Amino acid sequence: MSDMVGKGILKSLSVSLKRFAETYLDDLSWLGKRYRTDKGIAHRGSKDARGIFTVQYPEEKIPVPEEFRFVPFLVYDEGPNGEKTLRCTSCGICAKVCPPQCIWIVRSTDPATGRPIPDPAKFTIDADICMNCGLCAEFCPFDAIKMDHDYELASFTRNVYDETKLSKSAKYYESIRPINARREDAARAAKAASRTGQGE
Amino acid sequence: MATPAPAQTLDLSARFPGVLNPDTRPGYSGWILDNANLLKFATALRDELGYDYLSSITAVDYLPEGKMEVVYHVFKTTGGAGVVFKIQVPRADPMEVPSLVSIYPGAELQEREAWDLFGIKFTGHPDLRRILMWEGFAGHPMRKDWHEPYFEEEAKPLKSRWPDGRMIMAESKNLFGDNIAYPDGFNPESQTFDPEKALYEALRTYQKDEVGLDTDHIIVNMGPQHPSTHGVFRVAVVLDGEKIVNLKPVMGYLHRNHEKIGERNTFIMNMPYTDRLDYLSSMSNNFGYALAVEKLMNVKPTERAEYIRVMMAEMTRIASHLMAIGALLNDLGAYFTPMLYALEERELLLDIFEAVSGSRMMCNYFRFGGVARDLPEGTLQKIKGLFFERLPRKIEEIDRFLSENEIIRSRGIGQGVLTAEDAIKYSAAGPLLRASGIPYDVRRAEPYSIYDRFEFDVVVRTNGDIYDRLMVRFDEIRQSIRIVQQAVKQLPNGPVMALKPMYQVRVPPGEAYGRVEGPKGELGFYVISNGKPTPWRYHVRAPSFINLTAFGPICIGLKVADVVAVLGSIDIVLGEVDR
Repeated sequence: MSDMVGKGILKSLSVSLKRFAETYLDDLSWLGKRYRTDKGIAHRGSKDARGIFTVQYPEEKIPVPEEFRFVPFLVYDEGPNGEKTLRCTSCGICAKVCPPQCIWIVRSTDPATGRPIPDPAKFTIDADICMNCGLCAEFCPFDAIKMDHDYELASFTRNVYDETKLSKSAKYYESIRPINARREDAARAAKAASRTGQGE
Repeated sequence: MATPAPAQTLDLSARFPGVLNPDTRPGYSGWILDNANLLKFATALRDELGYDYLSSITAVDYLPEGKMEVVYHVFKTTGGAGVVFKIQVPRADPMEVPSLVSIYPGAELQEREAWDLFGIKFTGHPDLRRILMWEGFAGHPMRKDWHEPYFEEEAKPLKSRWPDGRMIMAESKNLFGDNIAYPDGFNPESQTFDPEKALYEALRTYQKDEVGLDTDHIIVNMGPQHPSTHGVFRVAVVLDGEKIVNLKPVMGYLHRNHEKIGERNTFIMNMPYTDRLDYLSSMSNNFGYALAVEKLMNVKPTERAEYIRVMMAEMTRIASHLMAIGALLNDLGAYFTPMLYALEERELLLDIFEAVSGSRMMCNYFRFGGVARDLPEGTLQKIKGLFFERLPRKIEEIDRFLSENEIIRSRGIGQGVLTAEDAIKYSAAGPLLRASGIPYDVRRAEPYSIYDRFEFDVVVRTNGDIYDRLMVRFDEIRQSIRIVQQAVKQLPNGPVMALKPMYQVRVPPGEAYGRVEGPKGELGFYVISNGKPTPWRYHVRAPSFINLTAFGPICIGLKVADVVAVLGSIDIVLGEVDR
């Protein structure tokens, strides 16, 4: 118990005052580079941060970590002549594992035989229902559906994405998740190698 | 793997001959007894055997067998395994079961929930009204034969999604264009039903003060739109002058029938849904659910995964307690400065969650048998920097900031007292229980995961007032920092998943109750599997919800302004209260 009434309040104020001063001292020590620079933004989110820690969105943006996940997209590979082939085989695992059931897939069929072919005729994601859990990307056996980093989705209409809107290149995927992409490429290459080895 | 210990249940049948029948269904445990013996048995259990803490009451609808079951989980506050007992009633209205409120007052809200969602009438319950749904709601939504307006199928995955998944918006299918089903012949013009009547009648059941002036009592509704309620929560109070003579919490504004959704989901689909219960501590929620399903599957997570789990759960506790401290100080009038000091540290913890799990709040990180992925490069370094250099210092700063403040002390010390006996009686959990002098912490009482390997103290304070609840949270943060520091040092290398990742896990039939010490208290998941891809029953023992049982009793005799402080000190999250 404090012996003098008001001592506790003075103590509180001293903490506030210290933090207030730190804001300006930190500003001075960065010589104006504390704001709107990558280093400055990283500093404000580090263990050594002191003083004001607000990041002025949208002028400043915190870089997202590799594992960051937002609404999924479909990965396509580019051929030598610029043709785009979706990795998706419309196996339906993503639609089956999706907790809010926001993935809708129409499987293609061969018009001649009526047999299903591994290519989606239609692929729809209701991004307003998507809960960004990432289970579709986690369980896709073909690395065909991945979680995006783009979180600025505000729009005037409902966000229902079809296959055109969802398709993004493998290069883009590599640019947002380099470590994952490298690991998955290696695993796929190993798998392909073992398959051809068995075939001989 | 922790399996329910049958040893202690053996002597129970000798102790109560002819009363208890062992539950012999494969994968089940506990005892089945009759309506007639329930009160006698529960009294003996509490008074003679020391099982003083009623953890969970829930119901299970066995539609195919034509019966309804009420399941009770009772523990000792001195620790150890619990006793599970069940009452079965034929599935025909009215399904009557004696209320346990007279023996375990903590049953009050839980029995109301079982009545609301399952339609089980608890005879002798003092205030059996609907709790999550509104008065006048048609049906009892957790029954297996109740279907919601957009009902498609009993279980996911829905067949309309693949292989011919042509997108339709669910709302376009409803005649009225919104999510309401109207009973046949419903005419809003002729509707005279007053949904508030039952509440106001219940409020009038207080003890009248016979001495002194004959004054009028007024009813004041605080909320649902009120900033101090931390969400959409309503408190109906009866006032005598400024003094509260009765108080009823009104909830359910955020109700989405989490448990029904959980029973439609496959086991893995529930993981991201648990994030949305107590959205300030998603890692803890994941933990509890993973434990329950792992018990059923009899899977043990890998060593490294266990350590990562503990680290994440403790970091969540710190993040959640920081929020609780900030919000409570806010409620006490220290407008937003302490809140932002606390949020600053919480942000740094959320940065780690984001790097590890991909999301700041909706982590969805735990899997059955481990965690979703290993710690990314550099994260461990970040955790070390935070836990060895920054957090210990910053927690002291926040503590120094207001703990000695005269206003906080005068509004906190001796105010809103919950005595130790009452805390146990009302099934209070977590910081609320420990601030009242009961050193009960699931991490110690019945250690799960690898908590038996760490050195930490069970925090306890003895006054049970608002100030102690605040201080308990500071102390718990310090203990959590200790645990994370130890875990970081001991973290072994190795895989983080014990199983092959599967999008549909096979869960053998049976029941399991997985409980963890969440930031708000004992968080339990009661899961029943019947061997299908979806759980037959999925129940959440939500600590914020059950802690509200004590809310009314604490507040009686206080002033309205103290209600805000008491509510802040209980620390509820409406996502979990309303489920």
